[in-house]
Amino acid sequence: MLNMFEVIETNNMIEHEKLDVRTITMGISLLDCCDADLQILNEKIYKKITTCARDLVSTGEAIARDFGVPIVNKRISVTPIALIGGCACKTPEDFVTIARTLDRAAKEVGVNFIGGYSALVSKGMTPAEENLIRSIPQALAVTERVCSSVNVGSTKTGLNMDAVRLMGDIVRLTAEATKENDSLGCAKLVVFCNAPDDNPFMAGAFHGVTEADTIINVGVSGPGVVKVALEKARGENFEVLCETIKKTAFKITRVGQLVAQEASRRLGVPFGIIDLSLAPTPAVGDSVAEILEEIGLERVGAPGTTAALAMLNDQVKKGGVMASSYVGGLSGAFIPVSEDQGMIDAVSMGALTLEKLEAMTCVCSVGLDMIAIPGDTTAATIAGIIADEAAIGMINQKTTAVRVIPVIGKSVGDTVEFGGLLGYAPVMPVNQYSCEKFVNRGGRIPAPIHSFKN
Amino acid sequence: MSKVIITVVGKDTVGIIAKVCTYLAEHKVNVLDISQTIVQGYFNMMMIVDMEQAAGSFEQISTELEAAGQEIGVSIKCQREEIFTKMHRI
Repeated sequence: MLNMFEVIETNNMIEHEKLDVRTITMGISLLDCCDADLQILNEKIYKKITTCARDLVSTGEAIARDFGVPIVNKRISVTPIALIGGCACKTPEDFVTIARTLDRAAKEVGVNFIGGYSALVSKGMTPAEENLIRSIPQALAVTERVCSSVNVGSTKTGLNMDAVRLMGDIVRLTAEATKENDSLGCAKLVVFCNAPDDNPFMAGAFHGVTEADTIINVGVSGPGVVKVALEKARGENFEVLCETIKKTAFKITRVGQLVAQEASRRLGVPFGIIDLSLAPTPAVGDSVAEILEEIGLERVGAPGTTAALAMLNDQVKKGGVMASSYVGGLSGAFIPVSEDQGMIDAVSMGALTLEKLEAMTCVCSVGLDMIAIPGDTTAATIAGIIADEAAIGMINQKTTAVRVIPVIGKSVGDTVEFGGLLGYAPVMPVNQYSCEKFVNRGGRIPAPIHSFKN
Repeated sequence: MSKVIITVVGKDTVGIIAKVCTYLAEHKVNVLDISQTIVQGYFNMMMIVDMEQAAGSFEQISTELEAAGQEIGVSIKCQREEIFTKMHRI
C-alpha cells in the first residue's frame, strides 16, 4: 500500500517543483486528404483535423483533473504539408491557404499550436517543397498557431546545401514579415537535421509518413524536480549524482507514460511515444541551466558545461527508457535560451556565448534554440549557422535544429519579449566574418562515411 | 475497485477528519486507509478510498471536497491512485 511520504513527494513535485506534462500531441495523417482541387483539399484537411481532435482538449483537461497533474498544452501535428499540398498548390500563395486552414482548425478544437507546415528536403527539393518553403514567411505572418519546420539534412543523405542556403533567406524574410511582433514568426520555424517523425514538441512537431493514421505522443518535463533532487546530493561523487538523475527521470517519465496511456484509451487513438525531454520554462525553478549550476558550474557556459550537459542528457535517457517501453521524439535536455531563466541570466552576464551553445548542442537533445540575434545578420550568415548545426547532427547521428530569431531593428544589448512560454531573450552577438562564398556554392554535402552500414 | 487518494493539508483545527469523513459517508465513498500527522502545527492527512459505489462522479466529489476544505481553511485534493503507484512502484 502507498505510504504518506510517497504521496507527499509526488505532490511536492507537482506543487512546488513544477512537475507537469508539457504536451499531449495528437499526430494526424493528412495523406487521405490529398486532392487536385485546392478548395476541396482545404475542406478535407479542416474536416479531418476537427473530427479527429474534437475531444483532445477536453480529454486532456479531464486527465489532468483525475490525476492532479497539470497538462500544460494540447497540440496537433500533421503530415508535412509539402506532401499533402503538392498536387493542388502551384504557387507559394496556394500553400498559404492551407496554413490558414490549419490555423482555423487549431482554433476550432482549441489547441494552442499545430505543427507540420513542413518540408523534408534532406537530399533534394521537389517544386512543391520549394513552393512550401518560399511560402513560410507569409504563412507564419498571417497565422497565429501554425508551426513550421524544414529538414535539410540527415546522416543517411548528407546535407542539402541548396536548402540550407534557401533557409537562410527564409528565416530572414520571416523575421521581416513579423517585425511588428519582434520577429515572432521565427520562433515558430525550426530547421532540422535528422528530424524525428514522432516529436511531440513545438515548433518542430510533424506527423511523419511512417506513422499510423492518428497517434498520441506525450512530452513530459520536470527540470525543477531534477534540480531539487540534486540539491540533496550536493558534494557527492558522480556515481551518486548519476543515480539521482536516473531515479528522478524515471519518476517523471512514469507520469508521462500514465497520461499517454490514459489519453490513448479515452480517445481511442493508439499510443505512440513518450518524449522524456527536460523542457524548461521561463519560470524560476524550471530551468535546465539551474540543474547544470547545481551540478557545480558557477554559471552555464563555464568550462565543464558541455561535460555536465552530456552527463545529464545521458542519465535522463537511462532513467526514462526504464520507465516507458516506447521512448522517442527528441528525448534529452532542451537548452533554449529565451525559455530558460538560467540561460537568459548566463547570456546577459556574458558567461554563455553562441559558440559555447553550439558546442553544447553536440551533446544535448536538439540544437540552437530560441536564440535572438541582431536584426542585421545576413541571410548567408544564418545559412552558415544552420550548416554548422546540421553538420553536427549529420556527423554525430543525432537530431540537431536551429531556431534563431534575427530581430529586425534590434542589436546586441537589446532584449526581446516573446511572451508566455516563449519567454524573453537578450540579443546575442554573431561572428562578423562572412561565409557567403561557402554557402553559395550550391549542391549537397555528401553523407558521411559512417552512413554506409549496409 | 476505483482507488482514489485524498490528501488534506492545512492549519490544524477541530473537526477536520469528522468533516471529511461525514462527507465521504454521505456519498458512499468507502475509506480503506488513513494516515495522519501534524508537522510544525500543520495537519497532513492521506486517505485511500474506494469510489466504486460512490454517489456522484469523481469530478463532483473532488470539487465539493475542495470547497468543503476551503470552509475550514484546509486544502483537500483528490487524485486517482495510479499517479502515485506508477511513480513509486516498478
